[in-house]
Amino acid sequence: MRELIFYLLIIGAGTGGELCVSRAMKAVGEVKDFRPAALIGAATRALQVPWMWLGLTLMGTAFFALLAVLSMENVSLVVPATALSYAAGALGGKFFLGEQVTRKRWTGVLLVCIGVALVVIGRR
Amino acid sequence: MKSSAGLHFKTYLLILLMVIFGPLGNVLLGKGMKRIGAVSVGTPREALEVLSRVLTSGTIWLGIGSLITFFVAYMLVLSWADYSYVQPASSVAYGMVALLAHFMLREAVTPMRWMGVLIICLGVLVVGHTPPRTTEPS
Repeated sequence: MRELIFYLLIIGAGTGGELCVSRAMKAVGEVKDFRPAALIGAATRALQVPWMWLGLTLMGTAFFALLAVLSMENVSLVVPATALSYAAGALGGKFFLGEQVTRKRWTGVLLVCIGVALVVIGRR
Repeated sequence: MKSSAGLHFKTYLLILLMVIFGPLGNVLLGKGMKRIGAVSVGTPREALEVLSRVLTSGTIWLGIGSLITFFVAYMLVLSWADYSYVQPASSVAYGMVALLAHFMLREAVTPMRWMGVLIICLGVLVVGHTPPRTTEPS
């Protein structure tokens, strides 16, 4: 039960965090210069986008939930289980962002879920 | 358009970094946390105790370093490439985690688990082959 809550945090907060960070980086614009000073400049600009802070907070939460689960379970179970974030992403995209999730995308999500199920029941 | 080849090169390079350092980070975290043992964070005092053990583990810091490398590469690539283009690339990472868990941590990865990992990779690839944007940019 406690593990389930941690998994929900990894998947929910992790996916939400990635979407926020993705949005923030699009606001920063393409990074073309890879010299350290320019990278620091890009990071500074990224930190001025509120979406980045929300994204980092969510990803931080997911990180500590991941640490907690890793203390109890094998990496080869935990990481595949977090692939359920693809299902969360598709559902979130459809119901929160109004995206049209195509049949092909649902097929992919279904495959991910089947794979996760096999990984979970594949323990000895 | 003249820098298209360059754009592809730096995209592939950063995705390669992501696929190496993301799984490596997770495996190192797994190793470190296993050594600490199952955490119980019932009281603030217990939580602090666990936190101090986490923050004094070299393996976990190596894992955090790997994940930061992953994260920097990820953010850089997201500054020009679509999320839905980058995300499928992460499917390779699931295979990578299974390999690293098997060889670095000696975790028993059963045939059924390998099959599951393979199907996950396949599913992520299918998701990646769908149109990246289905809504109008606001």
